[in-house]
Amino acid sequence: MLSSWFPSGWAHYLIGGLCIGFGIALLFVPTGRVGGMSTVFSSSWSFVSRRPFFRQTRLLQSRGWRLVFAGGLVLGAAGWWLALGPPGGVRTAVPPWQLLLGGLIAGYGARLSGGCTSGHGVCGLASLQAPSLWAVLTFMASAFVTANLVWRVGAH
Amino acid sequence: MSLMSLLSMLVSGTLFGFGLALSTMLSPEVILSFLRFRDRGLMLVMSGAVSVSLLAYQFAPRLRRKPVFGVQFDRHRLEPTRQTVVGAALFGVGWGLCGVCPGPAIAGLGVGNWPALYSLAGLAAGAWLQGVAAERGWWPIPRAVAP
Repeated sequence: MLSSWFPSGWAHYLIGGLCIGFGIALLFVPTGRVGGMSTVFSSSWSFVSRRPFFRQTRLLQSRGWRLVFAGGLVLGAAGWWLALGPPGGVRTAVPPWQLLLGGLIAGYGARLSGGCTSGHGVCGLASLQAPSLWAVLTFMASAFVTANLVWRVGAH
Repeated sequence: MSLMSLLSMLVSGTLFGFGLALSTMLSPEVILSFLRFRDRGLMLVMSGAVSVSLLAYQFAPRLRRKPVFGVQFDRHRLEPTRQTVVGAALFGVGWGLCGVCPGPAIAGLGVGNWPALYSLAGLAAGAWLQGVAAERGWWPIPRAVAP
């Protein structure tokens, strides 16, 4: 079962997941912040936009640390690349239109929902929020359906 | 914000990004093969991440009155609304189409995954549209805009 469920091994998934968990814990215990990753996409617009939506206090107050946290994400991924990663970097063959359109829909949806795979899927579940559980079940279901439909019609 | 809390934020982000990269979540192909039932790895990643953060979220506020360098422990408070579910359904459609979610789109910059920039731009544009839609009261019913 192990090799059919995890054809590319399981240890790196578990260790990577634990690192993510320690990252979230290390944000919470010293600073008290709860870190999902999708809010930075709204809060960073406040640096350039005068629209009232992006001037909400909760976005203005958190935009600084959210950007620092996002910067850490880039650093950590770069550290992995330098130490363990493939020399050419991570590549994807998913076509640009899928990446762009998927990102657009995912960005709208995550902000409407108030969280994404990290905000609802990790932080929301870990803080035992019932709405996050509903959100996770919903996005998993719609993602399963979409990914399989896309595959059937012959896209990547 | 103190230097120590800034440093904690940067280090915690670094751990998060390292974990995403180590668990190959930066590769859209791995996400899509999970969504197509060929590799259950993503469940392990989520379980590992949830178990550690669960301990932190549940125990830290009971053991300490306030965070080490901060003022108070934030709560990820959510009202169960229609947007939470409608938004999640949309998010899943987008995620299932491209295999990139917000964390990996940002961390992808660190591993030279340049095509992920398309998703990064898409996510930023989606967040912008959601803000505009919320201001104008477009469908689906927006979250109340705080003054």
